Amino acid sequence: MRPRNFWPWVALGSLLIFNLFFTQGFARLEFRDGRLFGTLVDIFQNGAPVMLLAVGMTLVIALGGIDLSVGSVMALSGAVAALLMTEHAQPVPVAVALALAVALGIGALNGALVTYGGVQPIIVTLVLLVMGRGVAQTLTQDQKVRFEVPAFEFIGNGTVLGLPFPVLLVAAVALLVGLLLRNTATGLYLEAMGSNPRAARLCGLRVHVIQMLAFMASSLCAGLAGLIAAADIKEADVANAGLYLELDAILAVVLGGTSLTGGRANLVGSLIGATFIQTLTTMLQMRGVITEHTLIIKAAVALGVCFMQTPAFERLTRRVRSAEAA
Amino acid sequence: MNFLRKHVTVLAGGLVYLLLYAIAAMRYDGFFSLPVFINFLSNNAVLGIVAVGMTFVILSGGIDLSVGAVMSFSSVLIGVLIMKHGWNVYAAIAASLVCGATLGTLMGAIIHSTGIKPFIVTLAGMFFVRGLAFLIHLESIAISDARHTALAIARVGPLPLIAVLFLGFVAVGWYVAVLTPFGRNVYALGGGEDAALLMGLPVRRTRIAVYAVSGFCASFAGAALSFYLSSGSHLEGVGMELDAIATVVIGGTLLAGGVGSVFGTLIGVLMLGLILTSITTYEGMMSSGMTRVAIGALLLAFVLLQKVLTRRVAGVGRAT
Repeated sequence: MRPRNFWPWVALGSLLIFNLFFTQGFARLEFRDGRLFGTLVDIFQNGAPVMLLAVGMTLVIALGGIDLSVGSVMALSGAVAALLMTEHAQPVPVAVALALAVALGIGALNGALVTYGGVQPIIVTLVLLVMGRGVAQTLTQDQKVRFEVPAFEFIGNGTVLGLPFPVLLVAAVALLVGLLLRNTATGLYLEAMGSNPRAARLCGLRVHVIQMLAFMASSLCAGLAGLIAAADIKEADVANAGLYLELDAILAVVLGGTSLTGGRANLVGSLIGATFIQTLTTMLQMRGVITEHTLIIKAAVALGVCFMQTPAFERLTRRVRSAEAA
Repeated sequence: MNFLRKHVTVLAGGLVYLLLYAIAAMRYDGFFSLPVFINFLSNNAVLGIVAVGMTFVILSGGIDLSVGAVMSFSSVLIGVLIMKHGWNVYAAIAASLVCGATLGTLMGAIIHSTGIKPFIVTLAGMFFVRGLAFLIHLESIAISDARHTALAIARVGPLPLIAVLFLGFVAVGWYVAVLTPFGRNVYALGGGEDAALLMGLPVRRTRIAVYAVSGFCASFAGAALSFYLSSGSHLEGVGMELDAIATVVIGGTLLAGGVGSVFGTLIGVLMLGLILTSITTYEGMMSSGMTRVAIGALLLAFVLLQKVLTRRVAGVGRAT
């Protein structure tokens, strides 16, 4: 019996070991001005948005859905917060609260259309993928919104006890969701719903409520990720914030061993997956691969990992094993 | 009654279109005229060609999220082949069509042989193809070539060439869907894969072919786009998959597969064109963000309308 998350750990471990030996300056880690510096810290700091997205996405995928709108929700929440602070001179807590409320609202819309409208999750969230960014563009009139608010910037690049604040935020959110999944009935309901929605409904689960909750949680995580992304660069960039991140989030969840068909939620696996992706991205950047070209590699990894979960792959490995035995 | 059951969603789309056109014609001067209508055709030809391919995919019960990327890849490829390698225009277009069809075939083969969900494969395909487009040329590329320009401004009667191509695609698509064994197989596959298998239909071949057709259409749309913009562009085609799905759905094709028609897609394209033109040109709301929001809202409205219609009138379509 293999330990839990065996393959995700192996994947991440081998990538890290490869980099320690073959990528210049990867292992350097130093403590300066009361905070840690180094590539490994950067991986966690820059990977925080994807990790948050992956946490939310795990819930949605566990119930057999998918959320493509997370990237746009990031752009939207960043834009809302930035506009509130600059144009409406609101204090930071108000801006943060309203931005998260907008994200939560989109999640509720996603959930309602899926569960009450009966529309497939891909279509609903694809629509909100486009509409969310459209709304963000309209709000900011297609401009980048710059701001100088130290209290808000702390969300993106502040440090607590030498550790980056975003990383602590991810840890807190993951812990909360983890407790929700393992120590309350909600997690059980979520997985029951994902493995057999009909049976779950016949058992008297409140399917609507669970679906709404999952989509709202996913959007809320995306909203938080959007705040981190905006605070990190001191501007809300509606055109680029969260762009293409939905694939990263899905890839992280799939890498972590949560099956796309639903019925299983593996939160730790998703976090390992997100770390893997960020390590891969950082490695490619450090080796001078252009960001646009990394899309090809990520797509190939995504397909490969999805393939490893399919019955077709199982048949293949069985055939290889029996051929070896013979 | 049987006719109504079969075509209820398409008929509803057609009726709504006529209604909207009548309202627009009353509201704006000169809206009800041939040049305006021809503009709808030529301005939306690129989208229309993509949507014809997407119709086949959705009819078969699948979805193709890679079309936008394949389209911009093909336009960039044509640009690079003509401008950097001095290829003949027709040879460049032929090469891009071969690439598009091959990419589609590849995705179809992966979908069929591994059983990974179509949207995951084509989503990964979208990123892959977009990466490929950046690999062959990192920036958009302007095309200045006499033969290319001649094709771009060519007209057939009152219609620009790309509008004619669009109508040609609709006609051929309709013919293939309704009158050929392949079309019948696509409908059967969308109606239920197990039933299609039990009937002895070539499910594997049909499924792969459907994605190949979609890739072919998308790369052809890339060629049309290169005429329209006189360049190979990375930027166009982002979000195109949603527009294409929207037109197909507005045209009355059920997302669950098995019900709909290519003719409906023509109505969908015209409807989207009508609404976008009246929003942007006649109401003066030029924000690209707002038009995206409008497309999204429209698509949602039609999907919900389909749900209601199919439950009440026809009793077709599966519960999700």
